[in-house]
Amino acid sequence: MKNKILSITKKEFLQISRDKRTLMIIFILPVALLILFGYAITLDVNSINMGVYDKDNTEASRDFINSFSGSSYFKIVTYVDNDEDVNKLLDDGIVQCVVVIPDKFSADIARKEDVNIQFLIDGLDANTASIILNYVNAATRSYSAEITKEVLAVKGIKQYVPIDLEPQFWYNKDLDTTQYFLPGLIAMLLIIIAVILTSISLVREKELGTIEQIRVSPVTSFELIIGKIIPYLIISLVIAYSILLMGKVLFDVTVKGSHLFLFLGTMSYLLASLSMGVLISTFADSQQVAFQMSQLISQLPTVILSGFVFPIESMPFPIQIVSNFIPAKYFIILLRDILIKGVSPEVYGTQILYLLGFAVVFIFLAARRIRKENTV
Amino acid sequence: MNSIEVKNLSKVFGNFISVNNISFEVKEGEVFGFLGSNGAGKSTTIKMLCGILEPTSGDALVGGYSIATQPDEVKKNIGYMSQKFSLYNDLTVNENINFFGGVYGLENKLLKDRKKWVLEISGLEGREDTLTSSLSVGFKQRLALGCAVIHEPKIIFLDEPTGGVDPISRRKFWDLITDLSDKGTTVFVTTHYLDEAEFCGRIILIDAGILIAAGSPKELKKEYIKNKVIQLDCSDIYKAAEILEKENITDSISIFGNSLHLTMKEQIRSLNELEDDEIKIITDLLSNDNDLKIYHISEISPSLEDVFLYLVEKKTADEE
Repeated sequence: MKNKILSITKKEFLQISRDKRTLMIIFILPVALLILFGYAITLDVNSINMGVYDKDNTEASRDFINSFSGSSYFKIVTYVDNDEDVNKLLDDGIVQCVVVIPDKFSADIARKEDVNIQFLIDGLDANTASIILNYVNAATRSYSAEITKEVLAVKGIKQYVPIDLEPQFWYNKDLDTTQYFLPGLIAMLLIIIAVILTSISLVREKELGTIEQIRVSPVTSFELIIGKIIPYLIISLVIAYSILLMGKVLFDVTVKGSHLFLFLGTMSYLLASLSMGVLISTFADSQQVAFQMSQLISQLPTVILSGFVFPIESMPFPIQIVSNFIPAKYFIILLRDILIKGVSPEVYGTQILYLLGFAVVFIFLAARRIRKENTV
Repeated sequence: MNSIEVKNLSKVFGNFISVNNISFEVKEGEVFGFLGSNGAGKSTTIKMLCGILEPTSGDALVGGYSIATQPDEVKKNIGYMSQKFSLYNDLTVNENINFFGGVYGLENKLLKDRKKWVLEISGLEGREDTLTSSLSVGFKQRLALGCAVIHEPKIIFLDEPTGGVDPISRRKFWDLITDLSDKGTTVFVTTHYLDEAEFCGRIILIDAGILIAAGSPKELKKEYIKNKVIQLDCSDIYKAAEILEKENITDSISIFGNSLHLTMKEQIRSLNELEDDEIKIITDLLSNDNDLKIYHISEISPSLEDVFLYLVEKKTADEE
C-alpha cells in the first residue's frame, strides 16, 4: 500500500515540476491576491469628506470647525454659503457630511443657551454613516466639554465628572479591520488553490485516459486519493506559510498563539479542502468544468457564509445552520484565535476536529464514487 | 483450462442495453479476438472483465476470480492496455516504467529486471530519459504494452491496441502479442482491423450487445460463407453494384476500397458447377452498359470482413 501511494505521489511531483508555468501561478497568485485584497478590503473610515456652511462666521464658529479639521478623520473639502449648495454637495457625492452652523452660534454660547448644530450625513452606506455619526458625536461632545470646563473655571468651580469611561479594545487595539479580515482572506485563498489544484489534476487524468490505467491496476480508490493529496498538501502548506509571512511583512499580523496548533489547524484545513477537490473531480468531466465548479463551491460560500466578512451571529437562524457546512468557518475561528487573540489551544482545539471531520467525509464519499461508478 | 469464463453477462445503462446476455470461454494461452463495430459493446465488456465496471447481471471468472464479487483479485492478475496508450506524456520513459512498476508493487531487483525487459521489447534501450511525448506512436504503443504487462499478468486485455499505428509498427506489435501468447499469456484483444483478427486463434463477433458468431477464423468462414465470393474491379463500382442488385444473383454486395466483393447466391452455383460461368454472367450483365469498364474479376477466398459484413447484414435483414 505504501509503495503504491508513494509511486503516485512521486509521479505527481515529477509532473508538477515539469509544468513550470502552473507552478509559478500557484505561488504568485495567492501572494498577489493577498496584497490586492489586504489593502482593498477595509471597513475603516478615514478622512471623511466634509462640507461647511458657516452662517455665523465668528471666532467661536471657526474654532468649532477647527476641532474637526484638526482630527485625522475629517477633511474639510469646501465651504458654501447657501442651502442649495448644501444639497448639491450631498447630491453630487462631493462630501459625505455637511455641518451647518446657525448664525447665532457664538452669541448663544456666550449667553449660555442651548445651541443646535445641524449635521447632514449621506446615509447611503449605512455602516459608514453610523461611523461618521459616532465621530461627529465624539468631536462635538469633547468641544462642549471644553466650553463647560471654561465656564466652570470662570466661576471657580472644579468640574466633577462622576463616571469616566475608559474603554479598552482587546486583541485588536487599534480596531484595524485588516487584522480582522486577514484570517478570512488566508482561508479563502487556501481553499481556492487547494480545491482547484486537486480537482484539475484528477480531471486531467480523466481527459487523457490515464486514470483508466490506474483503475485497472490493484491501486484502490483510497490509495489513489491519498497519493494525489500528499503532493498538493505539501505545496499548499508552503503557500500557506508564505501567505503568513507576507501577512507579517505587509500587515503586521504575527502569530500570537501556538505555532504547533497553527500548523495542525492549517494542515487539517488543507486536507479538508484538497479532499473537497477530489470529490468535485468525480463530478466533472473536463478541466474547464472542474475549474468552474471548484471556484464556485470553494470561493462563494467562503466569502459569504464563513464569517469572513459578515458575522455569522447576525445571520438569520437557517443560514447560521448552513454556515456549519463551510469548512472555512472553523479555520477562520482558529486563525483569529491564534493570530489575533493569541488564546490557548483549549479555546479553539475542537475546530481542528471539525476540519478533520470534513476531510474524512469528503475522502470517504469520493472513494465511494470512484469505486462504485465509472466516474473518475 | 479456461482463463476467462463469461456467463450470461449483461450491462444496462438506463434504457440502453449495452451488453446483452453474452457467454463465452477463453482458453489459457490463447489469442482471443473480440470483434464488433463501434458501440457494439466491446469496451463495456472489457471494462467489466477488468473489474472496473459492475455487471448488471451475470458474472465472469477471470483467472479464476469473479468480476462481480472479487474485482480486486481480478485486477492483480490482469494487464490492460487501451487505444489511448495511457502513458504520461510529461514523464520520461524511465519515469513511466517506474510509476507503473510501483503501482503493481514491483521493487528493487524485480523492477530492474522488468524495466530492462520493457525497454527491450519497446526498442527504447538508451532512450530512457526521453520525454514520452516526443516518442513516435509505434514506440508509445510498445512502451504502453510493456507497462501494461510489467507485472507479468496471466491475462492481458487489449482494447483496440493498434488504432492509428502504421502497418510496420502494427506488425511488430502483433509479433510481441504472439510471443506473449507462446509463453502462456492469455491475450484478449478487440480490434476494428479484421485482417488482424486472422492472427487470433478464436474470435467472437458481437453486434448491438448480442453475440452473433464464435469460432476460429477458418471455422467462421466455412460456416457462414458457403457461397462464392467474387472480387470485381471496374470503372464505376457504384453503378455496377446498382446493376447487379437488380438481378437477384447475389446474397450481399460490399464495397472494399476500390472494389466490390460479391457473395453469390447458392442457386446459381447449383445450376452450373463451372466457376467461370458466374464470372461470365456478371461480365455479360455489366457489358450491357457501355460506360462501365471491368478491370479485373476473379473468385477470391472469403476474408473475415466478408463474414462480418454478411452476419451484420443478415441480422439487420432478420430484424426487418
